[in-house]
Amino acid sequence: MKKLLIITVVFISIVVVAQQKKPIHKVIDTPKASIERGNGVYERECLSCHQADGGGVPHLNPPLFENTDVVGDKKKIISIVLNGLSDRLPIDGEYYSNSMAAHNYLSNQQIADVLTYIRASFGNKASAVTADEVKAVRDKKKK
Amino acid sequence: MIKNCLLITLLVVATTGRTIASNKSSNSYFNHSGNDSINAGLKLPKGFIAIKAADNIGRARHIAVTTQGGVYVKSAKAINGKSVYYLKDLDGTGKLQTITSFDKFGGTGICIKNGYLYTSSDEEIFRYALNNNGEVINTNKPERIVTGLINRHQHETKSIVVDNEGNLYTNIGAYSNACQEQDRTKGSMGRMPCPILDSAGGIWMFKADKLNQTYKDGVRYATGLRNVVGIDWNIKNNALYVMQHGRDQLYQNWPQYFDANAGAELPSECMYKLQNGSNCGWPYIYYNHLLHKKMVAPEYGGDGKTVSNQPFQDPVIAFPGHMAPNALLFYTGNQFPTKYKNGAFIAFHGSWNRAPLPQAGYCLVFVPFKDGKPIGEWEVFADGFSGEEVVTSTRGAVHRPCGLAEAPDGSIYVTDDNKGTIYKISYTGK
Repeated sequence: MKKLLIITVVFISIVVVAQQKKPIHKVIDTPKASIERGNGVYERECLSCHQADGGGVPHLNPPLFENTDVVGDKKKIISIVLNGLSDRLPIDGEYYSNSMAAHNYLSNQQIADVLTYIRASFGNKASAVTADEVKAVRDKKKK
Repeated sequence: MIKNCLLITLLVVATTGRTIASNKSSNSYFNHSGNDSINAGLKLPKGFIAIKAADNIGRARHIAVTTQGGVYVKSAKAINGKSVYYLKDLDGTGKLQTITSFDKFGGTGICIKNGYLYTSSDEEIFRYALNNNGEVINTNKPERIVTGLINRHQHETKSIVVDNEGNLYTNIGAYSNACQEQDRTKGSMGRMPCPILDSAGGIWMFKADKLNQTYKDGVRYATGLRNVVGIDWNIKNNALYVMQHGRDQLYQNWPQYFDANAGAELPSECMYKLQNGSNCGWPYIYYNHLLHKKMVAPEYGGDGKTVSNQPFQDPVIAFPGHMAPNALLFYTGNQFPTKYKNGAFIAFHGSWNRAPLPQAGYCLVFVPFKDGKPIGEWEVFADGFSGEEVVTSTRGAVHRPCGLAEAPDGSIYVTDDNKGTIYKISYTGK
């Protein structure tokens, strides 16, 4: 009886999880839709440090424009969002004092959206980032 | 439209009282309007004038003035290998000319005491002997007073002051926001006890005339101070006063306990009067100036409502959050009206962690004092440094107040570490 209950609970959990995940795959992925969603993620997760205009805070938090890490190799910027940054290396010759927290609690799609938004905003004109590209970086780290 | 509404709200709030308790919305205590041609763009009380005494003095941090009126400014960054500028008013107009520059390492701290100019990098403290004209005798030969102080590129600057008994005090900032297991990370708990406090997060005392001192030669004079930039010795009651930079990210890291308004207003920026052994409570508590209470930090079990029962020191006075007090000066001059005598001027560098609300600070505040204690409410003394009506992004502020010093004639100098402007504020009574 107890076993049955456990099996039932596990089964229901799987169904629930599967259903919760479903909408992510249903998303109609135009870059415009991704940018709109990314704007929301930016306001919740990024704006307080990187500011409304993406300008960051002089000497504390780096700007997201005129920043080669942001518009360069996607793997690097995906990795920064996933793992945070506290290695105190200069960015384009300037040091920034504050640590950035790991944001690995965001979904692959959320990270793709926010990076697509950032790379198309604040004067940036870089290509979109996909959830698969985020997944690839996340999976590589696990191995 | 939204922006206009916000501005209107701010204007309405700004007209309704200036006391701390009545101000829950940000920026309501400030009026940023200023015309650059009048008083160097600053808004001042009636009877005061301001000029730009100098411009482009590196990233001007703290400032010290000799009894002869010579001005030494320390830059955060060495430019052409030089980080201290010596300036003088050569023609009596108030404008300062650079006479010389020296000192290899960028930093913040600078002060003058007993015939020496003391300067600090982010790891060491030096001194230079001065001649009878207040000029450095040998700019190439500083004496190293303290070495090996922690610099982990967070709260790394070292402010310095010397008392009347030959003791040198310096802050060693905590290389962390709130001593979390994962710095600045949502939901990450605090380390217990906080291991940072053994070598940072406090004020250390050294001998002002002994060379090559390290941690083992110093005394941890006060602890539980996250980061101090504004520091001054009060000659009226012979005590050390400091301004703490309160912790960041209450709202961002603990949204279950703090909304955006609470996270912008809290924690308070606190002034402490220190004695040997003071413990001001970081990272375990933060101060709430609206409740006048020490609160348990969320990293240590707090929820924004739980009052701390620990015997940590209370602040002398507390200001709204995140305004970044970068300089403290007790005014001893005779030029300003009587109410300013022995009172405290505080230079607020300006916030970043009030977003998504507008930023605040970027101003000079005055608190009247008697016998080392505040005797009235704080007030904005000089505003308009930012050049913006409302600062929505820190980067938008043109000037950011950072250092303060009193001139022999009783005027005060204010530095700006963004454009390297040195302001001189004087009282004319007109």
